[in-house]
Amino acid sequence: MTAAVLEINDALTQFDPVMGLEVHVELNTRSKMFCGCPTEFGAPPNTQTCPVCLGLPGALPVVNARGVESAIKIGLALNCEIAEWCRFARKNYFYPDMPKNFQTSQYDEPIAFNGWTEVVVDGETYRIEIERAHMEEDTGKSTHIGGATGRIHGADHSLVDYNRAGIPLIEIVTKTIEVPGDKAAAVARAYVSMLRDLLLALDVSDVRMDQGSLRCDANVSLKPRGSSVLGTRTETKNVNSFRSVERAITYEITRQAAVLTSGGKVLQETRHWHEDTGITTSGREKSDADDYRYFPEPDLVPVAPSREWVEELRATLPEAPSVRRARLQEEWGFTDLEMRDVINGNALEPIVATVELGVTPAAAKKWWLGELARSANESGQDLDALGVGPAQVAEVQKLVDDGALNDKLARQVFEGLLAGEGSPAEIIEKRGLALVSDDSALLDAIDRAIAANPDVVEKVNSGKPAAAGALIGAVMKDMRGQADAAKVRQLLNQKLGI
Amino acid sequence: MKSGQASSVEVTQAHLDRIAAVDGDVHAFLHVDTEGALAQARAVDDKRAAGEQLAPLAGVPLALKDVLTQEGVPTTAGSKILEGWKPPYDATVVQRLKAAGIVILGKTNMDEFAMGSSTENSAYGTTHNPWDLSRIPGGSGGGSSAAISAYEAPLAIGTDTGGSIRQPGAFTGTVGVKPTYGGTSRYGLIALASSLDTPGPCARTTLDAALLHEAIAGYDPMDSTSINQPVPAVVEAARNGDVSGLRIGVVKELGGEGYQPGVEARFHEAVELLTKLGAEVVEVSCPHFEYALPAYYLILPSEASSNLAKFDAMRYGLRVGDDGTNSAEKVTSLSREAGFGAEVKRRIILGTHALSSGYYDAYYGQAQKVRTLIARDFAKAYEQVDVLVSPATPTTAFAIGDRIDDPIAMYKNDLCTIPSNLAGNAAASFPCGLADEDGMPVGFHVMAPVMRDDLCYTVGAALESALAEQWGGVLMTKAPELEVTR
Repeated sequence: MTAAVLEINDALTQFDPVMGLEVHVELNTRSKMFCGCPTEFGAPPNTQTCPVCLGLPGALPVVNARGVESAIKIGLALNCEIAEWCRFARKNYFYPDMPKNFQTSQYDEPIAFNGWTEVVVDGETYRIEIERAHMEEDTGKSTHIGGATGRIHGADHSLVDYNRAGIPLIEIVTKTIEVPGDKAAAVARAYVSMLRDLLLALDVSDVRMDQGSLRCDANVSLKPRGSSVLGTRTETKNVNSFRSVERAITYEITRQAAVLTSGGKVLQETRHWHEDTGITTSGREKSDADDYRYFPEPDLVPVAPSREWVEELRATLPEAPSVRRARLQEEWGFTDLEMRDVINGNALEPIVATVELGVTPAAAKKWWLGELARSANESGQDLDALGVGPAQVAEVQKLVDDGALNDKLARQVFEGLLAGEGSPAEIIEKRGLALVSDDSALLDAIDRAIAANPDVVEKVNSGKPAAAGALIGAVMKDMRGQADAAKVRQLLNQKLGI
Repeated sequence: MKSGQASSVEVTQAHLDRIAAVDGDVHAFLHVDTEGALAQARAVDDKRAAGEQLAPLAGVPLALKDVLTQEGVPTTAGSKILEGWKPPYDATVVQRLKAAGIVILGKTNMDEFAMGSSTENSAYGTTHNPWDLSRIPGGSGGGSSAAISAYEAPLAIGTDTGGSIRQPGAFTGTVGVKPTYGGTSRYGLIALASSLDTPGPCARTTLDAALLHEAIAGYDPMDSTSINQPVPAVVEAARNGDVSGLRIGVVKELGGEGYQPGVEARFHEAVELLTKLGAEVVEVSCPHFEYALPAYYLILPSEASSNLAKFDAMRYGLRVGDDGTNSAEKVTSLSREAGFGAEVKRRIILGTHALSSGYYDAYYGQAQKVRTLIARDFAKAYEQVDVLVSPATPTTAFAIGDRIDDPIAMYKNDLCTIPSNLAGNAAASFPCGLADEDGMPVGFHVMAPVMRDDLCYTVGAALESALAEQWGGVLMTKAPELEVTR
């Protein structure tokens, strides 16, 4: 069922979007939040469980100190205040893949709160206020069997895997985000992307969106242009790629605008995002009457991180990604546009690594954005999945610097590398790509070019030395590009006496 | 056993025989693990024969309240919803019992999920008081206390949420101790109210209780609320029992109207005895104790409603209506309908309501404030005195069926015991005589500050030895011989 939507531009002439983003991050602790079970992804179902994470009668949780440490680091990196004293609470609701039928979470006493961060979109900086970052545990995972859609509806039985139950989660909640409507979706995307980089830099999560270790719930509402009255919001659950965050928010804006302009009412509900069709559909209707009956978790003592510990952790924080980028741009002498291309191409880290191997920033950027990013785009792969690393890029560039390759040949080496034809040396050997430095071979080719182009020679002789370029081109063509152009020019000039 | 006069197997077998003879009438046990117990006893005998150094209670049999998990042994918490469930793991207390060489005879009867003051709420039938089989043994740990007063076991483990060790202890003429909250591990204790539950020892003498206390207490990293401090010197206190110079406060609010005359008489005689032994006795006021009962009956059901949510028939226990036509929700609801008793349902509904939005502040939040005030009452009292005392219960054991239809009357049984649970203090009940009206045992209640469990044993030991002089032995020797009918 596809709902009617407005064109995004039409929607934005009439409404201003208001967003709130809730990002769930699975931490990369070795054990679960409240027990010692391993957290490895992809283990056979129900092999990483114990009485605690299965919620067996009598079992009790104990807080994973590493989970708290990660939560504090995330809070600090998002400029939050860190609570001197906080507690876990029970969020009571029934769900078959939640063993205790309550989730141990934080409610009114989160570990981190009142923060902010910044994202850059099209050269503009947007400040995002952070409401809170709190600790909680993940649920198990249900697989519904027998239905056509894989959803619970229509299934005749369900299987539950509790390996994920109890894995530590941090939920990062923004305050309402109000940015110019045409930037809203892009800002949301940039925010989630920034979080991913930040979490990687903090080394607190693997942030594998495809494995669900970073999931975004997007709250969207519209208010009529010029009004300050907030509209009814929807919550689109579990959006799990940057692109989908942008698309899902854009879709919700256009859908809600269509509902409102046709005189309808937006329902407060959760919605599902469909990657394939690019639309959201209604989940369950959610009202404010949802009653989780929160109360302080009596099985756990409060968490009271000492100020010394918090300061120690603050001292270990890596340079914030935005600060680091500004520093690198300065060091590398890139323009804003060049830097944006690097970021958008996900090429920052490979370029850093390549520059560290002695390659100039410009050359590193040329290869990563030119050859490699293009190839990754074409095959829909991540850059780091291409099978070409900084070491190989540096090796090729060194051959160019040494005069053994020119750019054109180097590109062919990369082609070979991407095709898995072996090391650069092997590819040069197999494809016969080395530059010809043998003077006699070049002189032969020059003779052939002069003989074949008497009109050009005449022009040169009649005082137009610039015309010699055509002869160089002919020689290069004759040598199948494997000649050093500078050398050819030098020999040709000698020969023609110019 | 130590002197070689009897082996653990002989002692264990003797208790198994006693269970076989009297438990048909008493119904203290839900499950007797004959083979497991004898195997444990043999292991201890072998170790002793090999000259190994053994813990003080090694080879002594024990009855375990059915609310603590024991690997491979049925554990039901007195509820149908867990019928037949065999836990895959041992509670920390059980691990420690096993490590101390204590032989676990079986699991004892209890009010369902420890909700009740009479053991009439067990899904598996009522336990009878060995002193008078027509009376209740107290609750919720009626099975454990009845087992030791019927000589089916010399030791037992109970759990005390609002008095479930002390009240049945008082009703059966035995010693029951609620250790400091966090002094004994809750890991493997099927939770009733997490912030109140405390496992503890039941025995016929103060020293036995102290030895058992020492065996099970101490820090447990598996329980976040466990206190990481040395176990108080309870055995030394039970051996010493010197109350000279000890300041004892009689709680003004725990006595008078509603208290059975025979109970009050024995209590005051005991206070007199302690005075003669050199204790300094004063009257102390704890003005907020009168709110303890209502606060308790908001906090307990609130926590219980959440703790019992896991019993949804999805993973273990009773499952009703799973015939392929019913939804998961329907199976859960049918299983709960069949698996939970009336009192459990009553408290789940009460707790769900008390926690619901719009009512939280008025009920749960308010009750937590009362809890703080009660803890302050205690703190203030302990500035003046070392321990507080009161009768353990307002009355002696009542007749089976007497109060089962009147929950409020039932709840009032725990009037004296509840404040200690709300504050997390140590407390204990010791036998102090028989009431004139009915000849039933009366309990003397001692309350001590957090991690001063030893003070309870000091008073208990002093009282016990003074009374033994009067009676020519411990109170239990006055118990009538059980008339065995089956």
